[in-house]
Amino acid sequence: MKDNLYNYILGIADNSLILGQRLGELCGHGPTLETDIACTNISLDLFGQVRSYFQYAAKIAGDNRSEDDIAMLRKEREYKNVLLVEQPNTNFAYTIGRQFLFDVYHLAFLAELQKSTDLTLSAIANKCIKEVSYHERFSSDWVKRLGDGTEESNQKMQKAINDLWTYTDELFHQTEADKVIVAEGAGVDVTKLKVNYYKRVNEILQLANLEIPESKYFQKGGKEGIHTEHLGYLLSELQYMQRAYPNMEW
Amino acid sequence: MTTIEQNIDEKLILILEKVSDPEIPVLSIMDMGVVRSAVFINDIVMVEITPTYSGCPAMDVIGDDIKQALKEAGYDSEIDLILHPAWTTDWITPRGRKALEDYGIAAPLDADADIDVLLNGKRIVKCTNCSSQNTRLISQFGSTACKAQFQCDDCQEPFDYFKCLK
Repeated sequence: MKDNLYNYILGIADNSLILGQRLGELCGHGPTLETDIACTNISLDLFGQVRSYFQYAAKIAGDNRSEDDIAMLRKEREYKNVLLVEQPNTNFAYTIGRQFLFDVYHLAFLAELQKSTDLTLSAIANKCIKEVSYHERFSSDWVKRLGDGTEESNQKMQKAINDLWTYTDELFHQTEADKVIVAEGAGVDVTKLKVNYYKRVNEILQLANLEIPESKYFQKGGKEGIHTEHLGYLLSELQYMQRAYPNMEW
Repeated sequence: MTTIEQNIDEKLILILEKVSDPEIPVLSIMDMGVVRSAVFINDIVMVEITPTYSGCPAMDVIGDDIKQALKEAGYDSEIDLILHPAWTTDWITPRGRKALEDYGIAAPLDADADIDVLLNGKRIVKCTNCSSQNTRLISQFGSTACKAQFQCDDCQEPFDYFKCLK
């Protein structure tokens, strides 16, 4: 029971942790000052949200591990984030595409998590949704700007969406642990979010003069700890200090 | 929405009003609305604060500053961070809004107007320097999670706008 809830929380939090780390890579490297600040601000929001989840997870685990231990001291297979969020910042279109495809899901997910019978989770969701609705507006706006921009920006945005599309279906996949928590009323049945998700995404893509990808081949595995090759590199950077100086503290 | 319950012992109000937001030194944490309760339980002051944004790095400092201020007044305290009900810019008091404006940060508009200025390019945020509304958005995100960047096209002053959070 406890294990299932712990794993369920990690599944939510790891998405924000890994996406936050990806966005943080752009600190000082964003294409313009404004987008640089935007990406790092969104990253900060996500890290803040992660802290709330991990503090709760640490309390449930009850084995003296801190929120930092949970964030930093796990192996690749123990991270439960979806494959979408670990995809690299290939170019700004990929950064925006990844953000957009995640934000639309994240917003719908939090709206449901607010109704969780677990009062801590519903309080966290209630807090996070305000921030995430701003993220979603930001990323949708940029998808439209790039898609409806120049010929080149349209092509790049289209390519990013086409490439990232294969990772979208996993968002609606349930693990065995998820099913238990959903049955208890504490979790969100993500399978029910799918129809509205694609409806909303397609609506924005159309406004952005972008084509809706036709591919029906989808990747999954992240929620079970089976990741793309990108996660290992990301973690080696995220965990660098703990590996170089074990048990260091600020 | 200031009707949402806030439970602060009268003896503590003046002490807590002297603690300011480290990012916005002119703004008391009381006027910011982040202190949700402060009551005596067995001679210890139990304080509940709520973050403005989840990732706001000021919260740890605010907690330490409250502890310090109470200690100087002769009280031991414990600080608890609560998430529910979630903070909203509606909790900034009128005095807080004025302090923000005086400091050069435009106070938050209501939710609809906020979307108009941040996404639809509407010019209605008042310049904190010359009060002109001929202002434009420079960046949807600013120096901290709670702000966006604007510039006045009359006096050319760049300034922060405190985003509406509801």
